[in-house]
Amino acid sequence: MAIDEQPADPTAAGPGGGPPRMGFFTDTSVCIGCKACEVACKEWNMIPEDGLDFTGMSFDNSGGLGADTWRHVAFIEQRAPLGFQETGVGRPEREPVDLGMPSFERPGDSTGADERGDFRWLMSSDVCKHCTSAACLDVCPTGSLFRTEYGTVVVQEDICNGCGYCVPACPYGVIDQRKGDGRAWKCTLCYDRLGDGLEPACSKACPTDSIQFGDLDELRQRADERLGTLHEAGVSSARLYGEDPDDGVDGTGAFFLLLDEPEVYGLPPDPVVTTRDLPSMWTYAGAAALTLLAGVGAAFFGRRR
Amino acid sequence: MNTSDVTKQGVRGARPGREAVTGSAAVAGGDRRGRRRRGERAVVPEAEFRSYYGKPILNQIVWQAPDIAGYLFLGGLAGASSTLAAGAELTGRPALARALKYTALGGISGSLAALVHDLGRPARFLNMLRVFRPTSPMSVGSWLLVGYGPLAGAAAVTGATGLFPRIGRAATLGAGLAGPAVACYTAPLVCDTAVPSWHEGYREMPFVFVGSAAAAAGGMGMLAAPVEQAAPARRTAVIGSVLETAAATYMERRMGMVAEPYRQGRGGALMRVAKALTLAGAAGALLGHRSRALSAASGAALLAGSACTRFGVFWAGVQSAGEPKYTVVPQRRRLEKRRADGHGEPGGS
Repeated sequence: MAIDEQPADPTAAGPGGGPPRMGFFTDTSVCIGCKACEVACKEWNMIPEDGLDFTGMSFDNSGGLGADTWRHVAFIEQRAPLGFQETGVGRPEREPVDLGMPSFERPGDSTGADERGDFRWLMSSDVCKHCTSAACLDVCPTGSLFRTEYGTVVVQEDICNGCGYCVPACPYGVIDQRKGDGRAWKCTLCYDRLGDGLEPACSKACPTDSIQFGDLDELRQRADERLGTLHEAGVSSARLYGEDPDDGVDGTGAFFLLLDEPEVYGLPPDPVVTTRDLPSMWTYAGAAALTLLAGVGAAFFGRRR
Repeated sequence: MNTSDVTKQGVRGARPGREAVTGSAAVAGGDRRGRRRRGERAVVPEAEFRSYYGKPILNQIVWQAPDIAGYLFLGGLAGASSTLAAGAELTGRPALARALKYTALGGISGSLAALVHDLGRPARFLNMLRVFRPTSPMSVGSWLLVGYGPLAGAAAVTGATGLFPRIGRAATLGAGLAGPAVACYTAPLVCDTAVPSWHEGYREMPFVFVGSAAAAAGGMGMLAAPVEQAAPARRTAVIGSVLETAAATYMERRMGMVAEPYRQGRGGALMRVAKALTLAGAAGALLGHRSRALSAASGAALLAGSACTRFGVFWAGVQSAGEPKYTVVPQRRRLEKRRADGHGEPGGS
């Protein structure tokens, strides 16, 4: 047995000048919902097939993150002005090239702006957040979950005994137990690829650079710039999610640019790592234990019968 | 562009610019703060919230109810039994002490077996002892069982055989002192999760659990020991029942909307049955102390009540994890409050 030391501060570079903290910045404003990230992730990590289902609610057919879905693309249809998601925002001004394709009138062109329907698609590729204060890692009783030199959180599948404690501990509903296998699985941020100097499979496959991989500090800077551009262009609904190191999980290693409130994408609006309250929980439990001892002790006073 | 949808209920959304948001699972609005204070009477969730097609945010708890709720119940029964057995031994009530020592050994063995059975990889149970991690109540609990289990075993075996009386007495006292810890560590275990109805009750849950454990151990004493020796068991049962009922009631009052799963569905039904059985058992303990049969029946009711409490808490957690509103609404309110307070301290509950 080893006394498990507190995980090293994931915000700092490793000892002896280790690699900087790596992460994802998922800019959902340019996501086209192609699901290349889902496929690339499944392929690279050899994740088993978990049902070729039709959810019936949208183009989403993986439903949410789980043991066998480490990237999940959410699809949301909204009656909101299209202007909130102009895809060309931030690109250099250039006349579109005419390819000579047969064309037709765009919907609503002749009726004018007032008659045009308000409609937009929101698409977002969700992934493990690799929290700075990770509840899954905190509650793991075997030490199977650990913090890597890149500041990411990874399950060691040869140690996990499938106790399932990490599943309800995760405030985002990311990690899950694999059916028929019993162990817990989640995104590793392609730990194996990182070691070889490759970027994770999902970001490599992303055709629009919606998923950006890199040094977390640099990603945060890039996200701030992108947010500024979008706000300037009038995309007022754009916001960052998870980039704040002062939030309930002390910032995430994978953060997002969203175009609506987080819960619309199935993300918790204000997640807090459960172990933040653990010292208090142990205090209350200690008080309860003493109460039990005192109560049973008191039961031995009084009449003999 | 056509903005209308043809649905089974006819054409909808024939005019642009309306507020409908696909994917929202809004429930009727209203003055939620006023309703919340009224506690139990808030029948309908008065909260408006948005979600991703009504899907839960958390992944559902993978634990099996018989295993993990059974583990909570048997662990509590064992811990409190050891403490009561130590008292009985010190005050010269051998029949009570013996019965409770057997209960403790049986309970902790069952508890451990249930825990191992619930593992995805039971053969790897010993990996629990690879590390000691104070941030994981399951790790702390595993080490606690490693210390407590042999003590409870030694107490029961020496009690049964009469061999090594000094070692037996030391083991009985050791198990008695460790018992309260065994009875209550499971409260932080369930509360140290993102499950709203568990986490939000972390202040009261240990008191619910030790009360339930004391009621069960007292009930076991009433069931198994002759009435002349069972007076402390009866008092423990009454104290435990009152503590459990009071703590559970207070917890439900304080938690607001997140307490709903303790009143609705399977969780709510089990909690109501638990309360009825526990209070009936406590009344029986108070009134029926001359009758062996009545004592035994009351003891059985107390044991059943304690088990129902643990299953009720378990199912309430499952219900709260399965619905997005219990995750979204309290977090949204927290955000709104923080925003109203001028971006006060981030995070925090």
